[in-house]
Amino acid sequence: MEWEVVIGLEIHVQLSTKTKIFSGASTAFGAEPNTQACAVDLALPGTLPVFNENALRMAVMFGLAVNAEIGKRSVFERKNYFYPDLPKGYQTTQLAEPIVGPGFVDIETDDGVQRRVGLHHAHLEEDAGKSLHEDFHGMSGIDLNRAGTPLVEIVSEPDMRSSKEAAAYARKIHAIVTTLGICDGNMAEGSMRCDCNVSIRPKGQEELGTRTELKNINSFRFIERAIDTEVARQIDLIEDGGTVVQETRLYDPDKNETRSMRSKEEANDYRYFPCPDLLPVIIDDSYIEAIRETLPELPDARRERFISEYSLSEYDAGVLSAYRPQADYYEQAVKLSGDAKLSANWVMGELAKFLNQNDTDIKDSPVSAEQLGGLLVRIKDNTISGNIAKKVFELMWNKGGNADEIIEAEGLKQVTDTGAIEKIVDEVIASADKQVEQYKAAEPEKRGKMLGFFMGQVMKATGGKANPGAVTGILKQKLDALCD
Amino acid sequence: MFDKTLAELAQGLERGDFSSTELTQAYLQRINTLDSRYNSFITITEEQALAQAQAADEARATGNGGALCGLPIAHKDLFCTRGVRTSSASKMLDNFVSPYDATIVSRLKNAGTVTLGKLNMDEFAMGSSNESSFYGPARNPWNTDCVPGGSSGGSAAAVAARLTPAATGSDTGGSIRQPAALCGITGLKPTYGRVSRYGMIAFASSLDQAGPMAQTAEDCGMILNAMAGFDPMDSTSAERDMEDYTAELNQPLAGLKIGLPKEYFSAALDAGVAEQVRNAVAEFEKLGATVKEVSLPNTELCIPAYYILAPAEASSNLSRFDGVRYGYRCDNPVDLEDLYKRSRGEGFGAEVKRRIMIGTYALSAGYYDAYYNKAQQIRRMIQQDFVNVLNDVDVIMGPTTPQPAFKLGEKSSDPVSMYMEDIFTLSLNLAGLPGISVPCGQTNGLPVGLQIIGNYFAESKLLNVAHQFQQATDWHKQIPAGAEV
Repeated sequence: MEWEVVIGLEIHVQLSTKTKIFSGASTAFGAEPNTQACAVDLALPGTLPVFNENALRMAVMFGLAVNAEIGKRSVFERKNYFYPDLPKGYQTTQLAEPIVGPGFVDIETDDGVQRRVGLHHAHLEEDAGKSLHEDFHGMSGIDLNRAGTPLVEIVSEPDMRSSKEAAAYARKIHAIVTTLGICDGNMAEGSMRCDCNVSIRPKGQEELGTRTELKNINSFRFIERAIDTEVARQIDLIEDGGTVVQETRLYDPDKNETRSMRSKEEANDYRYFPCPDLLPVIIDDSYIEAIRETLPELPDARRERFISEYSLSEYDAGVLSAYRPQADYYEQAVKLSGDAKLSANWVMGELAKFLNQNDTDIKDSPVSAEQLGGLLVRIKDNTISGNIAKKVFELMWNKGGNADEIIEAEGLKQVTDTGAIEKIVDEVIASADKQVEQYKAAEPEKRGKMLGFFMGQVMKATGGKANPGAVTGILKQKLDALCD
Repeated sequence: MFDKTLAELAQGLERGDFSSTELTQAYLQRINTLDSRYNSFITITEEQALAQAQAADEARATGNGGALCGLPIAHKDLFCTRGVRTSSASKMLDNFVSPYDATIVSRLKNAGTVTLGKLNMDEFAMGSSNESSFYGPARNPWNTDCVPGGSSGGSAAAVAARLTPAATGSDTGGSIRQPAALCGITGLKPTYGRVSRYGMIAFASSLDQAGPMAQTAEDCGMILNAMAGFDPMDSTSAERDMEDYTAELNQPLAGLKIGLPKEYFSAALDAGVAEQVRNAVAEFEKLGATVKEVSLPNTELCIPAYYILAPAEASSNLSRFDGVRYGYRCDNPVDLEDLYKRSRGEGFGAEVKRRIMIGTYALSAGYYDAYYNKAQQIRRMIQQDFVNVLNDVDVIMGPTTPQPAFKLGEKSSDPVSMYMEDIFTLSLNLAGLPGISVPCGQTNGLPVGLQIIGNYFAESKLLNVAHQFQQATDWHKQIPAGAEV
């Protein structure tokens, strides 16, 4: 049977406010356990929450960026359950009246599938602390630094039909929140976490299948892999005569499998009710419009501009605009080098390679856009070749310094003096009788390909500094002379 | 000096009749001598009190003392007090020493008051008799076989026995006014939002309100001046200018329009209470007030609505007492579930557990609409009843409680009859309105309280009306036998 996959995502985005959503404690990541938890975060008796207006502003920014209705009245509710890292015994969140109402985003997968994904709503809530189960000799440690960190939970409609679409949707949300500057986008630190609701149904069937929820996936690659694994499991199960059980499952990336965490029957009754310690949040049009005016250029608009202004391919424009620090870096490099295509190749090529290898965010790149721009200028004016530029880039990455200083210090300036090149070409030809004979024996139209060997020898002899165009011309001329 | 009101003691300090240190020592001495009879204090903070008194004397000597500087006071044991056990009269918090001061505690400290100690109450403020306290019941100074009322029973008993000139209380469904009535003192529940709730251990957040308890309305006004006002730490506190709550005390009452709800004078009302309340109303007529009958048609719905909403909020508010971070933890838990079940099972008393269960049930999936939502609708109807009547009259008057103080144990096995104690008081919490109870007579040797209900933020009016009554009567000056000064 042919199956259709139906996917909806719930994405938790940590807002980059300085202080927590309901207290004055800092939200900075990585502090010693329990040093960033004040009386309110510890849920000491008598403490009360006070709503951080910055979290509201950021949630409204998000809503405007995804074409959503903004809730002019939103209400915090309590979601009651016991867990040691939930100090109050309830999570303060929104349910019936969220800050962001229905909206949508447009996505495109690597293989060109385009889709509009509906957003059911997005709501504000507080994060829980962390339970640490290692290093406590059979006991558990609780770190409440994260407790009370503001989150926006973005709930999509079940509009996605493949794992690739789900990953593309998550990337789009990532692009939007980082562009807005409301989230640092650091998935490894948990700043963005994904729950995937996955079900299958026979192609053509209207009714949805029973879904499972895959919890807390923190990379785009794992979203794809977790969904693919779960879809395969569901298909196997049904085709073997079984039924899918509604449950929460955990994806284990090491084993590439999903495991049951708890079934629907074991689910808590959260006993939601409006939080009596917080007033309904009331905002008006002027508040919303004032925020709209502060919105930066959004990823979709920037992508379109990259295509029209810089003549980039849709793919390149999509990649470069997806992450605001990268898009800003790219545009700065273009400005300095004056070459949009060359800048795109370097940002997506050599720079991306080094960033990946060193697990570094572009914001922390040791090579700045200014340094890269300076390097590209020297490629364009033929001071160095592309290959030499890679050497300069590596030195720049490791030791710092600008392109001109490195080229000078390392003596990497390209040799364009034809006299010097001719001398080396003569030496190479003289020491390669066998290859010269083969060249001569070959049919004229096939000789071009045979230049590569000689080219390599010349470059080797010059340490790569010879101007490749000049070498090709001289080689061809001298070898062809031998053939006559 | 123990028969003196707070205002009179302030004059004595001002004149130099005695120092704050002498005053504080005298009250500490009296507490140590007499309180074994009343059990009104959970903790006596002698050392801190004497240090505060000395500081107050120094401030007064340099002319830096305000109206309350150097005056002793005691706090209900649900107001967090830095460095002092704050138990909410529960085994759960018997070991909890608060690292911070509640807003009202720090405001009263800043005003120079001296904290004598922390007062007995029903556990987590749940009760109308003080019998649910982990520390044993406080007793009514008028008859120690009787309850002092609750939940602020320790506060009322201590003021009635003249162990402190004034106390703080909290009122979620009558917990200031009912014990004030039963002990023959004056207690004011302000408008919801007038006094900060920060640092007051929550029972039902949308109903809880702190207020003063003292011998007279004038004293309550003096304390309210220090307690009240907007607090950025409490989102539900009212952003509203402060006023001087003693400024209008002496306004004459000629022309005052009083409404008497016919529902408050039903056959179920104790005859002695009814008589004393009618006498008090007649006194107001002598002062120039006019009286008319009014109707609060949804009065009978107050108790069922309250006993859904208050437990619902409480069930959530009390979830933080889980044995994990502070407070009571059971011995040797085998796993997390055992830790929760036994810490809470052993740490909470029967009434608290009953209300957590009622509230949990009312909020459960499938019952929420039938209970919680319905109760919220009733709450709005009750509020509207009051708004309608207060468009027509200046204040509403009636009995604070349906009967005077009852015997210990008399109602403790019958929760519903205990809940009926609050029929006249808890509607104000549902509506968010202010109310004051003033002593207005006695029946069978036990005090009777008159409740005066005013419009939102009409505390000055209530204090004025109560003060004028106390200028004309001396019920507030009566001291129980055994507590003579």
